[in-house]
Amino acid sequence: MSCLRATVMFRDGLILATVFLFPSLLAAQQPTSKAETPKAYALVHAKIFTLAGAPIENGTLIIRDGKIAAVGGQVDVPQDAQLINAEGLQVYPGMFDPVTQMGLREIGAVSSTVDSTETGNYNPDVVALTAVSPSSEHIPVTRVAGITEVLAVPASGGMDSFGPSGVIGGQASAIYLAGWTVDDMQLKRSVAMVVNWPEIQTKTFDFATLQRKEKPYTEAKQEYDKQVTELTDWFERARHYAQAMGHAGPADYERDLKLEALVPVVRGQLPLLIFADRSREIRNAIEFCDKQNLKMILAGGSEAYKLKDLLRSRSIPVILRPMLTLPLYEDDPYDRLLSQPAELSAAGVKFAFGSFDNSFARRLGQNAANAVAYGLPYDEALKAVTLYPAQIFGLADQVGTLESGKIANVIVTNGDPLEITSDVRYLFIRGQLTPLDNRQKRLFEKYSARPKP
Amino acid sequence: MMATYTGHARLIVFAGVMALISAVVSMTLATTPDAAASAIILIQNATILTVSHGTIEHGSILIRDGKIAAVGQSIAKPQGAEVIDANGQYVMPGIIDCHSHIAVDGSVNEGSVSVSSMVNIADVLNPDDIDIYRDLAGGVTVANVLHGSANSIGGQTVVIKLRWGAPASRLPFEGALPGIKFALGENPKRSNFSIRGQEKRYPATRMGVEESIRAAFTEARDYKSKWDDYNKKTSAGEKNLIPPRRDLRLDPLVEVLEGKRYVHAHCYREDEILMLLRVAKEFGFKVRTLQHVLEGYKVADEIAASGAGASTFSDWWAYKVEAYDAIPYNAAIMTRRGVLVSINSDDAEEATHLNQEAAKSIRYGGLSREEALKMVTINPAIQLGIDKRVGSIDVGKDADLVIYNHDPLSAYAVVQMTLIDGRVYFDRTRDIAERVDREKEKKVLTEKEKKAAAEKKPEDKKSEDKKQNEKKPEDKPKPPQSGEGSAADSDRGAL
Repeated sequence: MSCLRATVMFRDGLILATVFLFPSLLAAQQPTSKAETPKAYALVHAKIFTLAGAPIENGTLIIRDGKIAAVGGQVDVPQDAQLINAEGLQVYPGMFDPVTQMGLREIGAVSSTVDSTETGNYNPDVVALTAVSPSSEHIPVTRVAGITEVLAVPASGGMDSFGPSGVIGGQASAIYLAGWTVDDMQLKRSVAMVVNWPEIQTKTFDFATLQRKEKPYTEAKQEYDKQVTELTDWFERARHYAQAMGHAGPADYERDLKLEALVPVVRGQLPLLIFADRSREIRNAIEFCDKQNLKMILAGGSEAYKLKDLLRSRSIPVILRPMLTLPLYEDDPYDRLLSQPAELSAAGVKFAFGSFDNSFARRLGQNAANAVAYGLPYDEALKAVTLYPAQIFGLADQVGTLESGKIANVIVTNGDPLEITSDVRYLFIRGQLTPLDNRQKRLFEKYSARPKP
Repeated sequence: MMATYTGHARLIVFAGVMALISAVVSMTLATTPDAAASAIILIQNATILTVSHGTIEHGSILIRDGKIAAVGQSIAKPQGAEVIDANGQYVMPGIIDCHSHIAVDGSVNEGSVSVSSMVNIADVLNPDDIDIYRDLAGGVTVANVLHGSANSIGGQTVVIKLRWGAPASRLPFEGALPGIKFALGENPKRSNFSIRGQEKRYPATRMGVEESIRAAFTEARDYKSKWDDYNKKTSAGEKNLIPPRRDLRLDPLVEVLEGKRYVHAHCYREDEILMLLRVAKEFGFKVRTLQHVLEGYKVADEIAASGAGASTFSDWWAYKVEAYDAIPYNAAIMTRRGVLVSINSDDAEEATHLNQEAAKSIRYGGLSREEALKMVTINPAIQLGIDKRVGSIDVGKDADLVIYNHDPLSAYAVVQMTLIDGRVYFDRTRDIAERVDREKEKKVLTEKEKKAAAEKKPEDKKSEDKKQNEKKPEDKPKPPQSGEGSAADSDRGAL
């Protein structure tokens, strides 16, 4: 069981106690096995926010074989469906967190539990899914917040990881937040190639010595230019490699796994997910992708507002880092990041919200709500954690809205899913009613029941 | 720290470049609040969350000379009163952050020794730290500014009011008892980092953490008895006595023994929490607050029995092993078992939405709205011994108030105004209105700088470049804000 595996490493005594007290809860960690699963579910009397049209009052949602079979005001309930009376509750598509290190990092400070960033600068052929641990405790903790699918993104930083590193970080994978195996969890193995756009850094911090380091601008610029030249070179070589691959005849080239991994990128089949925050880097990245004719998704985007027209005209979508972050500069308005989503939305830039983390993934809705507080229309905020990330990564035919034929990733809440105090009552992933239990809840129950000493 | 979120670590290193310009720009902000001072203010038509005696709909608060003069349904407007119409808005007591590192110049850790009680955060307060203003804009009016957690016994600490624009001497909360930081577990034993080539510092285990605290208090007790003896003899009329040699490291520990200085102890695991409570009992002092105390829920009864308060995070977890059993229900369990609980930030950004963080205990653990609200107002006020002055909206208390446009226990609430001592220190409308001027001023300064650089002869250019580079290290270090540098200061940070 997942909680056993992850916990035993640290606290043998505790987990024995947990098993003893809550044997039945342990079994609830994963989705119920197929043998016990009803063929279909019918959510009835719910207010349904399909995000593909107006909300449906007193609606019905039918889930069958992992998919949404029907949704609407007048829908027949199949006889074999397990009925869930959702009167007074609200139904939404599950939330989608497009930047996490889910399954790749368990405890930030313990390197043996961290698989999120490979060493070296250019790793196009590493794929997140390879290292996703289905037993990570972050998964059931995150889904309780109403998040049903995420991208596991290599080399994307996260809490206490000291920021992203490497230039080509590897391939991001889309995963469901439930499954017995990593194969169960796979939504799409490769959805984007991660690039951490190089920066001109005159000031750095050396974590080995805990010292600030300074270098002259010219030197920093040279290093930057060198990295961009290298990056250019990688794509040039990948293009040649793609040409060689395209010849029908016998392979007269040496196989190169790294270049092979870049072929879908140069062919326009796989977008780049480029991490950049300051306007200079964003602009340089856009110019680069223009020149190289590459499909770009921006991640981070703290200063995306400075380039909103450019981003819109190039149709470059943005995955915004959490709004609950301090502004970049001392003299930025205090609410610079909070008000940015409203500004981007008004300018017609497409964006989604990301947590950029694991333990803070459950703040995704809170971040979106804060953007609303600072002017973003509510519907846009809701779509920015459901439909828009799905669209941005080409998964909108499968997830992101409640429409028949789509994968049944569904949440049932007692209120606005973005609000802090709302609770998720039912959660379906791939049409399976998924337990809302997790290690934290078990600890809560265990210690709530502790007798007075 | 704190900012945790990817990317900012590398971004913030550039912030210093703008430091000169922004320093000038922020001066504008810094000076305005004084001008807006008014002796009598009447806040009208507000939903008032008093914390002490329920909610008053369409209520008024009268402020006179910085104090709350009246609270109620309807209060007649005194002559000359400035009126703040809070129609449709919510007023609550200013948020009190029981664990902060804002307004500190440079590192918050004197990490070279295991007992650094001789240093004092109050000596390095920086009133220009922009995080003071940012936290004000998040409704914070009082912060418990703590030393870092690198030492078993860390430096002395100070409670401040966020009087943005006032000099450092006016930041400390008048009459608030000073504190001292203790730290247990991974940080004082330096588990998660080491500096290459540097010898490992004692303590390196939880055994050593306890030992270093006991050793220090053993010394402090002897030192105290020498002074007690000397004072006794002197007051009995004995002459020509040589006083004991003064020890700056032990003086604050004697104050702890005498109950004149609060202990704020960073801790995580259940066993180390009980360890400290035992040591405190042995030496006869009280632990005022257990900070973070993420496994407090496991020993809530023992904490309650000791009388220590608990100041914790809403939902942080898994950043290190000792935070792996952290649960968002912690505050609720401890509250239910009779512990006085506050929700803190340990981070300049987190502090800007402590109202939201408090609300999480409604979902996780089922606390009531009132209980949630108390965790960022009256509870931290009691923990810091300032509850007679702040923490609720009652007649006679300091007029430290926050006005929100929406229910503050919601992610949709935005602070409109923050008052301290009846003075408006943050006004969202004014902040927005002043942005145009600030932008203009910045542009002028940037142009001026560019022009000056362009006027330099080409041959001078090189030496000028060099000069600028030489100057950079003098830039004010950023306050703890990103992974850069400040990670070492964070209690949360792996360091």
